[in-house]
Amino acid sequence: MAYDKFTKLISPAVPLPIENIDTDQIIPARFLKAVERKGFGDNLFRDWRYDKSNQPIAGFALNKPQYSGKILIAGKNFGSGSSREHAAWAIYDYGFRVVVSSFFADIFKGNALNNGLLPVVVSPEYLEKLFAAIEADPQTLFEVDLENQKFTLTTTGESVGFEINPYKKHCLLNGLDDIDYLISIKDEIEAFEKK
Amino acid sequence: MEPKTLFDKIWDAHVVKRVEGGPNVLYIDRHFIHEVTSPVAFLGLKNRGRKVLRPEQTVATPDHNVPTVNQHLSIKDELSRNQVETLKRNCEEHGIVYHGLGTEGHGVVHIIGPEMGITQPGMTIVCGDSHTSTHGAFGAIAFGIGTSEVEMVLASQCIMQPKPKKMRITVNGELGKGVTAKDIALYIISQISTSGGTGHFVEFAGSAIESLTMEGRMTLCNMSIECGARGGMIAPDETTFNYVKGRKYAPQGADWDKALAYWKTLKSDEGAVFDTEYTFDAANIEPMITYGTNPGMGMGVSQTIPTGDGLTGTDKISFEKSLQYMGYRGGEKMLGKPVDYVFVGSCTNGRIEDFRAFANFVKGRKKADNVTAWIVPGSKAVEKQIIAEGLVEILNEAGFELRQPGCSACLAMNDDKIPEGKYSVSTSNRNFEGRQGPGARTLLASPLTAAAAAVTGKITDPREFL
Ligand code: SF4
Repeated sequence: MAYDKFTKLISPAVPLPIENIDTDQIIPARFLKAVERKGFGDNLFRDWRYDKSNQPIAGFALNKPQYSGKILIAGKNFGSGSSREHAAWAIYDYGFRVVVSSFFADIFKGNALNNGLLPVVVSPEYLEKLFAAIEADPQTLFEVDLENQKFTLTTTGESVGFEINPYKKHCLLNGLDDIDYLISIKDEIEAFEKK
Repeated sequence: MEPKTLFDKIWDAHVVKRVEGGPNVLYIDRHFIHEVTSPVAFLGLKNRGRKVLRPEQTVATPDHNVPTVNQHLSIKDELSRNQVETLKRNCEEHGIVYHGLGTEGHGVVHIIGPEMGITQPGMTIVCGDSHTSTHGAFGAIAFGIGTSEVEMVLASQCIMQPKPKKMRITVNGELGKGVTAKDIALYIISQISTSGGTGHFVEFAGSAIESLTMEGRMTLCNMSIECGARGGMIAPDETTFNYVKGRKYAPQGADWDKALAYWKTLKSDEGAVFDTEYTFDAANIEPMITYGTNPGMGMGVSQTIPTGDGLTGTDKISFEKSLQYMGYRGGEKMLGKPVDYVFVGSCTNGRIEDFRAFANFVKGRKKADNVTAWIVPGSKAVEKQIIAEGLVEILNEAGFELRQPGCSACLAMNDDKIPEGKYSVSTSNRNFEGRQGPGARTLLASPLTAAAAAVTGKITDPREFL
């Protein structure tokens, strides 16, 4: 699934100051019987967002009117659990383009990058500052600059750098995924087959 | 030339390209697909207006979601039926061989591949299912992939992967009476934990491994991912060649000779270096059983459940949570604990040898009244062989019924769910909370230990009966 190019983003953020958010919380297993890749955003954090009678749970961040934006900021060890790619799809489909945390589970990170969702790792201290800034003002803007690998808290101007594999960076900047890349080297693949 | 591992030899022969600052482009020889992880990949392909590049290298079968009774009827669960029908439609559209319910070639993906000779030494094999590692038993590099990667393979016959580290696990010596490949697997995971293999690809070696049949080797490689490894493999030898020879898709005539000459080069060179090595003595392995909620929580069936003394912090919390879920206490014996269900099947232990072992054990005995048993062949071919060998009469006489092939209670996506709070001795591969149904309590074991539980109605050391 091709996705939008990612260069620079300035947006408020939705805070989820919870640790070890696993893929079963992000998208419960019962939604894996689908044959299409749509509507996963509706079921993002399903059991935290809605109660048993499908009424929104007012206290959950995604249901609070003061929070909005394309950035999700979450506690450490985000995305642990099963390898289901649906977790990354759900977050992207909901409208997020960036997830910020102090630690990501490996497979989730790979799945996110494969699907146009940028995982930004920051220090635990900086993460605390981000949560504090949103608490003080939910409309606080953050800037994500992929080209320069820089994340900025615009109110104070405090920036931090973040890591990303150069190949993955190239893919995100150009809105390409691995499949586009593989299709683009079809001749090399066919030459390999003839060897 | 620098000595190479078996893994290096196969991997390096499949690298199409090394991407600057990125992963390797790896060529894939065989791709298995099933109904749960492929539909979205086909949809992605369609959205890009692409065709499957090499449909003849892809094989499909529905297994995860299918009922294991009355397979001739339409599937009742609407979502499951839709997934199965979608798979069939996608295969028709793209010219992929599809082994539908009730046909000759139907079964769990990891069982039908080897059975038909599609799985061969030296190949790279992938499937959107983590237990693809099963095929490593033939000296192939085989591992599970995500849905985006399924789409990559459909579109380009390649995936992009960084090269993993290498581990060798050597098991020397002779296996004791009643000790099977499943017990070796559970023993290794109990020793190195469910994360011991993280980042690695494992080669199993040593005299105890070489003595295993192909079925046993598949069971072991199947479970290799439960120690966190990407996959497991065993160097091909006469046992492997004899198994592959003459199967439907195996090379024939001159092609066979050529393939065989290559396959014989597939072993780790003397002096090849592994990033990590473990060595175990087969004599220390007992029939195993798990007592907790991950496959690393296993022990010899005659032992006592660990107390968790010495654990601290989150380790202690999760250990206690696990025992609480199971309704067990540290220090108790597993022997004699009641059993409600017995499941024999899955890609771990759903091959003919497993049913022979089970049937021989229950022959002349009776199923315990308190036990519900699900005996589920891994494929149509296994089902037929069970019937042809007369095992089905033995099973029936002892009070067991044979079901139809599928994943069944391994992951309980169909109706074969263990009820909440019930204990299930299962020959499958995962004992996670809720894996066999919400609230189900799973005890992983070999078909022999499962048979002993099925006839006594409680956890029993199968060696008592041998
Ligand atoms: S039997 Fe179990 S482990 Fe094997 S493919 Fe089916 S669900 Fe996966």
